[in-house]
Parts: sequence; C-alpha cells; structure tokens
Amino acid sequence: MSSDQITNILVCGIGGQGVMTATEILAEAAIAEGHDVKKTEVAGMAQRGGVVTSHLRFGPKVLSPQIEPGTVQVLLGFEGAEALRWSHYLRPDGLALVNNAKLVPPVVELGLFDYPEDPAGQMRAAGRRVVSFDAMSIARDLGEIRLGNTVMLGAIADYLPFAPEVLLSCIDQRFERKGAKVVEANRQAFAAGRSAVESQLGATDKQTAPA
Amino acid sequence: MAAVMPQTTHSPAPPPAASRLLLSGNEAVARAVWESGVRVAAAYPGTPATEIIESLARYPDLHAEWSVNEKVSMEVALGASMTGARAFCAMKHVGLNVASDCLMTMTITGVNGGLVIAVADDVGMSSSQNEQDSRYWGRFAHIPVLEPADSQEAYEMTKFAYALSEQYETPVLLRLTTRICHVKALVTVAEREAHEPAGFVKNPQRWVMVPAHAKQRIPNLFKRDDTLREFSETTPLNILEAGNDRRVGFVASGPAYMHVKETFPDAPVLKLGFSYPWPPEKVRALAAMCDHLLVVEETEQLLETEIKAAGIACHGKDVLPRIGELSPQVLLPAVDRLLGKAVPPPAVADAPLKVFPRPPTLCASCPHMGIYYTLSQIKNLIISGDIGCYTLGAGHPWNALDTTICMGATMGVALGMDKGRGEVDKNKRILAVIGDSTFMHMGMQGLLNITYNQGNVTVLLLDNNTTGMTGGQATPASGKDIHGKTAPRVHLEKIVEALGVPPERIKVVDPYELPTLFKAVRDEIKVEGPSVIIGRRPCVLTEEFKPFRPYLVEEDKCTGCGNCIEVGCPAIHVTRRDRVVKPSGREVDLAFVNIDTQACTGCGLCVQPCAPDAIVHVPRHDIPIHIVKS
Repeated sequence: MSSDQITNILVCGIGGQGVMTATEILAEAAIAEGHDVKKTEVAGMAQRGGVVTSHLRFGPKVLSPQIEPGTVQVLLGFEGAEALRWSHYLRPDGLALVNNAKLVPPVVELGLFDYPEDPAGQMRAAGRRVVSFDAMSIARDLGEIRLGNTVMLGAIADYLPFAPEVLLSCIDQRFERKGAKVVEANRQAFAAGRSAVESQLGATDKQTAPA
Repeated sequence: MAAVMPQTTHSPAPPPAASRLLLSGNEAVARAVWESGVRVAAAYPGTPATEIIESLARYPDLHAEWSVNEKVSMEVALGASMTGARAFCAMKHVGLNVASDCLMTMTITGVNGGLVIAVADDVGMSSSQNEQDSRYWGRFAHIPVLEPADSQEAYEMTKFAYALSEQYETPVLLRLTTRICHVKALVTVAEREAHEPAGFVKNPQRWVMVPAHAKQRIPNLFKRDDTLREFSETTPLNILEAGNDRRVGFVASGPAYMHVKETFPDAPVLKLGFSYPWPPEKVRALAAMCDHLLVVEETEQLLETEIKAAGIACHGKDVLPRIGELSPQVLLPAVDRLLGKAVPPPAVADAPLKVFPRPPTLCASCPHMGIYYTLSQIKNLIISGDIGCYTLGAGHPWNALDTTICMGATMGVALGMDKGRGEVDKNKRILAVIGDSTFMHMGMQGLLNITYNQGNVTVLLLDNNTTGMTGGQATPASGKDIHGKTAPRVHLEKIVEALGVPPERIKVVDPYELPTLFKAVRDEIKVEGPSVIIGRRPCVLTEEFKPFRPYLVEEDKCTGCGNCIEVGCPAIHVTRRDRVVKPSGREVDLAFVNIDTQACTGCGLCVQPCAPDAIVHVPRHDIPIHIVKS
C-alpha cells in the first residue's frame, strides 16, 4: 500500500498536550531535508481532553495523507493509554516511543471504565518494540515542565531518516524569538530525550526508518 | 526555494510570492482568496472550515468578518459581488443549509464580481451532527462544484474559481472535506492581484427577484448547466490518466483521488477536479478502456447514480461504504470484491487493543460545569439542548441534556414539547439550553417565538463571551471584532427583554455560585411563562478568564463520598476506591480523591458539594508562578 520510500510517523496524545505542535516541528524538519510532506490534524469536537492524533507522512511524493494501520515506522505517544490505543498502526518492525504519563479521564474516575494496567507492558506483550520514559519528570528535573514536548522530540530524533541536528535546528528556530536562555533550555531537553531512549535501546537501533 | 512557515500571529506582511509554505487546505484557500483580489470575506465559525476566515483576517487589504450566521455571510458576499467586488464566504456543511435560502435565488441573479463559496464537509463526523454531502447543492442550485484533492489544489482551484465565476456570472462551490481543510502540505504561492470593483449597476430585472423577473432568468440556469458541461469536457481540472492495469478504471474526486492513486498506481483514473457538471464523454472514454468502472466518492452515491442514468455501467456503493471516510484500507478489499477475489480477514497484529473511550471533556473551571451539575441535581426536567461545548452536558457525569438537533433549535423544540405534551409529561419542567454565540446565530428567533406564542419554557443562556467550541472566536456580545479590536457590544439582557421576556423573569447569575444558580433554576421553573437565566462567566480558554488559587484535597478529611466527582471536573482524580456497609445494611461505594493542582484553576465548584470540607486552597507559597496570571 504505502511505498517504502514514505516515512509514516504517528503522534498521539490528548487535546492540549502539544501533539500538533510537535508534529508541525517534525514536518518542518522533513521539509528542510527536501521531502514532500503531508500532515493531518485530526482532533475531536471539543477544545480539551479528547483523543488527538497527528499523521505525518514524508518522502519523495506523498499522495494519501492518511496513515494506514500496520504501516507506522515510529509511534510517538504523549500518553500511555493513547499509545496503546493506536499501537495497531505500527509496522511489525515499528518502534513506539512512549511518554508514560497517565492522564485519567472523567469517565474512568466515575468508575465507568478501567485505565489499562501498564500500557507499555501490554504493547510489549503484543510483540511491539517499545521504549517508555517519563518525559514530564525529565522536564521537571530540567526546571520547566513545559520542556516536555522538546523531550519528546529529542526521543524521536535518532529514529528519523535524517540527522538529529536537522530537527534540533527547527526547534532552535521555534524558540529563537524567546532568547538564548530558552533556546539553551530546549537544547538540554532535546539531549535529555535522546539519551532517555538511547539508555534503553542502545545506539545500534538508531535510524530504523528508511534513509 | 526555502520553505517558510506561515505566520501564526498578526503580521503586516504575508509571505512573499514564490514562497513554499506548509499550509492546511484552509490556509491555502485563504491565501488564494487574498491573491485573487477579494475585498470581502465572511463566515460564521464551523469545524472544519473555521481557519479559512481566521487565516484571511491576518491578510491586509480586505474586509474579513465573523458574520452572525452563514446565511448572513453569504448575503454579505453577494452584496459585495453586486458592486463588482470579488467576494468570498466559507462555512461547514450544515452552515450551507442555513445559507441555502440565499443560494437558491443568488444562482438566478448570478454574480457580478467573482463569488466563491467554500463549503467544508465533515466526512467521518469528527465534530458535526450529521454527515451530509454538499455536492448535492451544485445540482440543486445549478452551480459548478470544484473538488481539490490537497492544499496545492485547494489554492489553485480557488484562484481558478474566481475566473470561472466571472466568466459565467455564477457563484462557484468549492467543496472541501476535513482531509483537505486539516491536512497540511506544501504550497507554492504568488502575488495578490488588484481587482477594482466595476460598480453597482441598477438593473431590477436582474437584482429584484420578484416572480416576473425570476421567470425571465431561470432558463439561464439550464443554459449555464449545458455550457458548463461542455466546459467540463475540456478543462484541465478533469484529467483522464491512462494506466496499464485496466481491470478497474476509477472515477474519483477530492481526497478519494489520492487514496486511489496511493492504492492503485497503475490503474486508469478520471480525476474530477470540476466535478459538477461532470464530463460524460470523458467518463465514456474511461469506461471504454477498462473492464470495470468504479466510482470512488465521499460520501453519497451521487456521481454513480448520475453516470448510471447516462447509460454508463459502473460500480460504486455496491462495494464501497456509504458513510465515513474512504482510505486505501477501505479501497483495497472493495476492489478485490469487485474482481471476485477472496478478501483475507485483517491480520490479528493489526487489530486494535481495547482501551477505554476518551470523549472530549469540559475544561477545568468551565462555567458550563456549574450549570450541568445544577441541572443534574434537579428531577423532572426535560432539557432541550443546542450546539456548542455545552452539548457535552449530555455526557457523564451530568446526563443533563435531552436533545440536540441543529444550530438554534433548542427553543423551537422546547416550545413544541411544551405545546405538544400530554398528561404523561404534564408535571415535567421544560428547559432550553443555548450558548451566547448560538443564540445570536439562530436562537433569537426561537425565543421570540416562545414569548409570542406564550410558551412555558425556562431558557438557560450560557454566556461565556465567545464561540468556544471552534476555538474562541469573537461574537457581537464579546465587544471585539475578528481582529480583536473593539466593536459595539450588544447586551444579551436587552435583547432578551426586547424579544418579549418580562424584565422580572430575566436573571443573570454566576455559574460558579451554585446556591444562587440552583435557586434561580428552582424559582424560574415554577413560574408559568417564559423566563431566561443568563449564566455569565468567560470561557477558560479566552483572555478574559483569570485563574484563581488552585485547590487541593486534605486526604485525611476526604470521606470518599464522591460528591465532587459529580461536578465533572477533569482535574479531580480518584486515588482509592472502597466499598463499605452502612449501619442500615446498604452497601456504598467510596471514591477518595485528589486534585491535580497543575490543572486546577480554582473555580471552587467542587468545594461547594464537598461534605467534609476537605477541599482547601493550595498554600500561597506552593503555587507555581505560571499558573497565576497577573
């Protein structure tokens, strides 16, 4: 179905987490590398709290904007249960990078549904390649919870078909206006995200996506 | 050429010509509207079309506006066109229903300055009450329909539409879907061209649509259809792409074309960019070169029916679904079925794992929570609802909304219930809930109808000072225009009074003040005749909202009663559950809670039902600085 020359990245999370902005920066990096790009923004009806996914496809020429189940090279999950929800989109050799944040919706608090025990573990049990980490506490350790999104981008940086520096320079550009201190803080968050994944996966697996 | 990001804030200078921009379909249409020299662009917000006008408002040298509803936006565009100005209006699919009264006569007068209507169909229904196919309006109104397949085409077709509109003096329908509007792709842009209006020319036979004049002009519609059908055969927007694998040939438009090309790259395809009137000879040529003809369209069986009526055998909805989005995953098994191949069941590895649903929630501190918590505590109500964030009141934990139909329907429905109810509903109280923006869109007439016809309905007008659900757009009652500049502010109390509600039956309450709100609802539902309770608090996502000190739960005081959970705030979380047996022998489930102080903005709604006073303010020194806005 989808050409081998196309990279499919699925970013998922909850409204208000910054899923769309993160995907936008990934798209900018792909454009900087000369790729054709399509990026969808599919959110539910309200402002906050619902399921959000963003599909990013890039390569020499992208036709359909939709990613099909079973075709994702890298799944970037901003929340555990959301990563689990979309894990069937992964290719058999695909990689899930999951922030193990647990955001429990009111329907679960009301006792109407259960939150899954250990979503990353369930994905592994289903045969998925999963790296999970706590992006928010990494960000908190760096002194600013809002750096969590840049930690997430750092996490995926070594698993793209181009150099991590391309993505980093797009992040730099985003924060340039806010001054050198903010740029430096984001650089640290980016590096922390990279090493969080590398410490679990090792350096050998890098750039699993087609070059 | 270097890629340049689109501006996301107010900017005096749009990106220059020849920039390659990553644009959503909506942003691409906006850029093309601006480049086409359009002077007037109007819309009411509606997903997935909202960002077209939002984006246009950032361009110079044109009048962009939030109109109060889609019908008015189309009338504004028509008026501009009458003066010779190029004009534009945008709406979601259901918005075109509202505007259709204008459309069905505007097609008879025709246009002077080019006029393009962008209509965005919510295929797959991510945020709408129905999934209707706007291509029907092309047939009904005898106007051409263009269907782009991605952002670049959305940009190019919009520009083409202005030339087409002026050449044939017709409004042009630009049919978008969610997968155009909300997909970002690269677009190469150009300069804005000047377009000076030629001036309004008095011509009652053309512009005054009384029967005698309309009768003279209606034959033009049919002539125009015929001319445009010929044009459809020659326009480069309709391309027959020959392919080597000629078992199945495809007729496709919009995003469906991309799915076909992705799935069957070697098959012949007739791509219909100009999809109404469609080109019969081109379809015949395609049919002649392949074994089977398959029409791939979202969503109705429309082209397929018309192609069959023209005597051309084809397939379509016999193998493809009639609702929802198409995709390669949907197309592949459908074509297998058509070719008589066995369709393998989906691989187990591809099956989704079971995860709880995560419906959208009201935000922490959303004023609607106070309203719905109150309504959920009162028995014997029938609550007619409307369209906005407050439609979520139908969900858990409130279950306090009983109907939702269309924009502004709440009060008409409530009056009908009041007048139609029999003995069985005699003792129930009928309420109508509506938001401020929806009230001004199409709700005011419903209230006037209640007062005029002396209905017994209590109206809850939820004034959060914005159009919340579409992202917080200004309204006539917010005192701001589309650019955020000061605009005359209308007073909802005065409108309500002018519509015939007695002044003593109009109450303005703070939805955070639960006892006052509760009393107001209790009092007003007892009174015969119409009354209006205005719940006034700004939407938490607008600048007007100022967060308060957050709360926390003193865990040793929490008794697990769960009252606070019934408020429905997403910042309240259960830490522990228990089941105890009361002295009466009754089993009771307990849920002990905490509050996510990062998410809490201190509205205090949960404090009020907390029986043991376990919810208290976070100590001042513990408040993260960025939570408390100055």
